[in-house]
Amino acid sequence: MTHHTEMHIMSQADVYSLPARILHWAMALLLFSLLLAGLAMVQSLQTWHLTLLTAHKAMGVLALLLVVVRLAVRLTHTPPALPDNLSAAQKHAAHGTQVLLYVAMFAMPITGLLMQGAAGRPVSVFGLFTVPALLPVDLRTYGLLRELHGWGAWGLIALVLLHITAALHHGLVKRDKVLRSML
Amino acid sequence: MSVFRYAAVVLAVGSLAGVIYAVASGAGQSSVTAQRFVNLQEGAKPHEGFRRAHAKGFCVAGEFLSNGKLAPYSTAQVFQPGKTGFVGRMSIAGTNPTAPDLRSPVRSLALNLGQGDADGWRTAMNTPPVMAVGTPEAFYEQLSALAPDPATGQRNPERIQAFFASHPETQAFLAWQKSYVPTQSLATERYHSINAFYLLGPKGQRQAVRWAAEPAPDTPAQPLTALNPDDPDALQAEFLARVKQAPAVFDLIFTLADPTDNENDPTVPWPESRPTVVAGQLLIRAAQPETKGQCKDINFDPLVLPTGMAATDDPILRARSAAYAESYRRRARESL
Repeated sequence: MTHHTEMHIMSQADVYSLPARILHWAMALLLFSLLLAGLAMVQSLQTWHLTLLTAHKAMGVLALLLVVVRLAVRLTHTPPALPDNLSAAQKHAAHGTQVLLYVAMFAMPITGLLMQGAAGRPVSVFGLFTVPALLPVDLRTYGLLRELHGWGAWGLIALVLLHITAALHHGLVKRDKVLRSML
Repeated sequence: MSVFRYAAVVLAVGSLAGVIYAVASGAGQSSVTAQRFVNLQEGAKPHEGFRRAHAKGFCVAGEFLSNGKLAPYSTAQVFQPGKTGFVGRMSIAGTNPTAPDLRSPVRSLALNLGQGDADGWRTAMNTPPVMAVGTPEAFYEQLSALAPDPATGQRNPERIQAFFASHPETQAFLAWQKSYVPTQSLATERYHSINAFYLLGPKGQRQAVRWAAEPAPDTPAQPLTALNPDDPDALQAEFLARVKQAPAVFDLIFTLADPTDNENDPTVPWPESRPTVVAGQLLIRAAQPETKGQCKDINFDPLVLPTGMAATDDPILRARSAAYAESYRRRARESL
């Protein structure tokens, strides 16, 4: 039963805190929906365009609120250590990807909100409240932010795919504790 | 065995990437997307930095004086008794930013009321009271038929005729086109919402409406100075001079639909007998060339609506937002 030695007994230090895990999976679902909605709605001339656009903006504000909470959780809870058998380069790559994911998770809603401001369109969140325009109306500012938002989406997609590849590699191929630390 | 595990990773990530790629390349979209539509509008040689439709225009500014008569139908702040400032744009149809004013078949008045407010309202009104067609796909066909033949550089009358013959819904539009006599001033035109919208009332009721900006009854019909047919900016020059003397005034008139009217079909005019409500007056107090005014940076997306108004399911109306956004994105990118 050599297999047995590979099956680690997961202790509490091997697993992300419960709030971190809940936030991770909730945001995974939310961000995937936001990315797909964004890619679809910029093309769509169909009657559902307005509904999707309104939802995308409101959910984007929700994503910004969640990532703020998530960063706070991350900074106050020690994450599980990476396995000892990873090289220093692999550890740096893992850490770097996580940092970039956080940067993208902040950058997407912030550029989205700011570009709406530069277009003079305050963002209403489910009719509950409205995020006021954060910038004066300006075409060039809008142009810059709109392109950043668009390229940012592709950057986030690339990071998410890399992240999932690495997680599945740990979970299915290496079968170490990395994937299970977030389950 | 590990080969299967690798395969599982590749399969899982590949499927996700496949879904993203499919959505990005138009899965679930109609054959006409915002990008295809704007590509057709701008043609082979886009006028960079300009709107892809109604490229030529100038800025106006003023205020809407609401008399409160629409307040029983809509909770929108703009329709309560009082004053709301606006920045707007008068324009002519077409993609050429230097086209001669007097040649254009369609003139427009676009307004952004309550700039920057959470309850801002944008409307883009045109001289025709109806659309020729009722779907973005048919509109794409219409623009394709009207586009100059790449071989000759001229419009192809046979193609145009074939298009209208195969689209009987264009009749009301063609009848308007036949009867329309362009006025001698942009201040004396009637500008229509074309599409219908809902007013949402204080008791939760919903009323389908169209609206029009009509010159106030005492507006002088004659141009201030005789229009020079050789001046490509004849209408703009007349309007700028006119507004210097006195505000251009329009009544904002709402037509209330009957339950028998189809608010989702922009090709059919509603009967003249429908009740109307004059909601107030638009006073245009200033006009400036686009390079100096505040309207250049605004996308007059008619789906920017205040609380108390909502969009109907009119397919043309719903298509306007994404098409306007694509045009806005392109000229914004070109301004960098």
